[in-house]
Amino acid sequence: MKLTLKVWRQAGPQDKGQFETHQLDDISDEMSFLEMLDVLNERLNQQGVEEIAFDHDCREGICGTCSLMINGQPHGPQRGTATCQLHMRKFNDGDTIVIEPWRAKAFPIIRDLVVNRSAFDRIIEAGGYITAPTGSPQDANEILVPKEAADAAMDAAACIGCGACVAACPNGAAQLFTSAKLGHLNLLPQGQPERLKRTEAMVDVMEQYFGSCTNYGECESACPKSISIDFIAQMNRDFASSKLRNRRLQGQR
Amino acid sequence: MQLNSGVPAGAIENRWDDHRFDMKLVNPSNKRKFKVIVVGTGLAGASAAATLAELGYKVDAFTFHDSPRRAHSIAAQGGINAAKNYQNDGDSIYRLFYDTVKGGDFRSRESNVYRLAQVSVDIIDQCTAQGVPFARDYGGLLANRSFGGAQVSRTFYARGQTGQQLLLGAYQALAAQISTGKVTLHNRVEMLDLVVKDGRAVGIITRDLLTGEIESHAAHAVVLATGGYSNVYYLSTNAMACNVTAAWRAHRKGAAFANPCFTQIHPTCIPASDEFQSKLTLMSESLRNDGRIWVPKKAGDDRKAADIPEDERDYYLERRYPAFGNLVPRDVASRAAKLEVDAGKGVGPLHNGVYLDFAHAIARDGRDAVVERYSNLFEMYERITGEDPEKMPMRIYPAPHYTMGGLWVDYNLQTTIPGLFALGEANFSDHGANRLGASALMQGLADGYFVIPYTLGNYLAGYLGTDPVSTDDPVFTEARSHVDAQTERFLSIRGSRSVDWFHRELGKIMLDKCGMSRSAEGLNQALAEIPALREEFWSDVRVLGGSQGFNQALERAGRVADFFELAELMCIDALNRNESCGGHFREEYAMEDGEAKRDDEHYQYVAAWEYTGDTAQPQLHKEPLDFDYVHPATRSYK
Repeated sequence: MKLTLKVWRQAGPQDKGQFETHQLDDISDEMSFLEMLDVLNERLNQQGVEEIAFDHDCREGICGTCSLMINGQPHGPQRGTATCQLHMRKFNDGDTIVIEPWRAKAFPIIRDLVVNRSAFDRIIEAGGYITAPTGSPQDANEILVPKEAADAAMDAAACIGCGACVAACPNGAAQLFTSAKLGHLNLLPQGQPERLKRTEAMVDVMEQYFGSCTNYGECESACPKSISIDFIAQMNRDFASSKLRNRRLQGQR
Repeated sequence: MQLNSGVPAGAIENRWDDHRFDMKLVNPSNKRKFKVIVVGTGLAGASAAATLAELGYKVDAFTFHDSPRRAHSIAAQGGINAAKNYQNDGDSIYRLFYDTVKGGDFRSRESNVYRLAQVSVDIIDQCTAQGVPFARDYGGLLANRSFGGAQVSRTFYARGQTGQQLLLGAYQALAAQISTGKVTLHNRVEMLDLVVKDGRAVGIITRDLLTGEIESHAAHAVVLATGGYSNVYYLSTNAMACNVTAAWRAHRKGAAFANPCFTQIHPTCIPASDEFQSKLTLMSESLRNDGRIWVPKKAGDDRKAADIPEDERDYYLERRYPAFGNLVPRDVASRAAKLEVDAGKGVGPLHNGVYLDFAHAIARDGRDAVVERYSNLFEMYERITGEDPEKMPMRIYPAPHYTMGGLWVDYNLQTTIPGLFALGEANFSDHGANRLGASALMQGLADGYFVIPYTLGNYLAGYLGTDPVSTDDPVFTEARSHVDAQTERFLSIRGSRSVDWFHRELGKIMLDKCGMSRSAEGLNQALAEIPALREEFWSDVRVLGGSQGFNQALERAGRVADFFELAELMCIDALNRNESCGGHFREEYAMEDGEAKRDDEHYQYVAAWEYTGDTAQPQLHKEPLDFDYVHPATRSYK
């Protein structure tokens, strides 16, 4: 198929960027989207032009490294699919495709289509864990986890930390990412002792970097793992509880 | 070079306990005086860095990713083995040990494997406490599934994303330590050399991938957890950035590289669709629990799968291996698929796959039960191929997936360079010539959570009161100038072909001549082709841009340069090993029925190669393997 690509090029964090147009006319519909970019980069190399920088790694939709805004949609047109699993059969011959990096204040551009998502790591470091030093735990089957809780926790834990939710949000908010980690840990019995403290700490750091949630819901439809905004509701509930209750008296409940 | 495995004496079930008692300890207030570098933040690296920091050591963790959570451990799908015997089906530590030694075709070290089986039970406890959402039964107890090479259900799983959940557990434990300041994380920083002084590892040289800055880092010890080298084949199930550079540069500084030819070709991957294919996607082995593998009985049968009647299908694994059926180990399943495709029975548009069929399972258990077990795998398959595995069988074919070979380590996971340790897939120790499914996650976490925290203390105790070597020391400046020189060389060649072009060409040679089956003739050809292509690479590669700032082509150039040298060593090792065992199948050494023919009399050893300065003439050192418990026998899965 023949395609026209408009790709964002930006030499460095402080430089001004612009769109660059490229024509491709030998793209097979079996190719993945990133393989299509590989072909373009190969051609640029042959022309002596520096290749387009883009983040990618596992190419099977699990590492969360790839991060492209395709025609204004994070990860492109296919729902529940990361850029690396998007295939060219989802496009038509003659299409013009606009490719941009994630656009969010908390994700500064490094080069071309690559952004810095370290703010996500700061949120996890604030409390996105269960304190369980190596060697201390008891037998795994002594903690009973109702299947429903394990399943719901897994739904939240499926988050790949790609940042599509932030890129999709008109406010650049990170509520879906943060609430997915909170949903995972706060739904499990193991996560209860630190539940409220964790929620407060993660929300505080989130708000230092990201915008505020005003319930657009764009994040859910952009999420390559289709994580539900129900988890945001749960996060808000836990956050309110932690503010309302005196934890020293209530023993974190 | 002396290879001393340092395996403790005594009954195998007491060795690790006795050894833990015998090792030196560092008292809690002294631990903070030691600085440890951990390179890699996958399962092994993140679990090691987190645990060492919990103990009180000062840790510097390095990853070339933007976040530790991106490490390729995240892509492991099926599960993690542990000898819990929760299913009451006859499992035990001894049985996991036995299965792993046998599965490795009697080329692993018994003591290490026994320890692995022992700590496997602790791993499940640890991960559960961290909140890893393992699958549960309705009563809230942990669920299990079975995997290839075992006749018990001992695999714990979190849907088809077990690696992701285990890695996130380790990453979160690491994040907790980062927030306390005990771990300093260096993200988007790649190790480019190991620094050795007086025979001891004293630090590393890195490149900051954002700025291009070359930096020196000194420590009391260096731990490499940098994964495997399947990307030497270009097309593999590994992530695009997986590479051998850290391990290889340590090898060039004196660390022996063991059994490089032991590579695993995973039987259930999606076949390549065109020449632009950049990677192959794995479909978890767990699918073989319910999927039946078959090809048409007649070569060149182009009918749709549904139009081929039962009696014209050949369920070749069930036919050839009735005891294990579709759950034979990976090496056996892969070779069997290759035989069918080579015989012209391949399916799909390029005739390069075999069917993995769920119709029988759906008829037996119902659609919902089957889909719940494998939903994300079915979706992944459909996204890539555009076909729905509920309606038509999957097409699968083997692809390079895991490397059993790696840096030689002793029982303490120390390489032949004192102070340099290797964990996880980066070392060679536990899987012999073939790894069983769901054992890589087990080994990465065993090494990181439960082995290195003890054995590193034993090493460090001898250096109490000493400071790390200054980064102004000539050993650092010299190593830095080597790294700078290599960068300059890449940028000055200005040849005509991209790094990826050379990588693809190297991959074709390796897959063809040092892949699923090997012969002396093919290996000798490869040993002529690889140096020639390498020479072309060094005179004709085109790396654009500069040494400063973000330059992905420059990053890849360094990795491909190391793959060239590794490829040569793999072929030398494969040529040296005149037998077939596990993933290493030499066409000259086969039984009449096509099964592998092992030669215990001459090759029951670990081949550890020492770098001599000339990649064509590495020196071989042999570590003989003793089997006191599991007696070598022909592996039979019939």
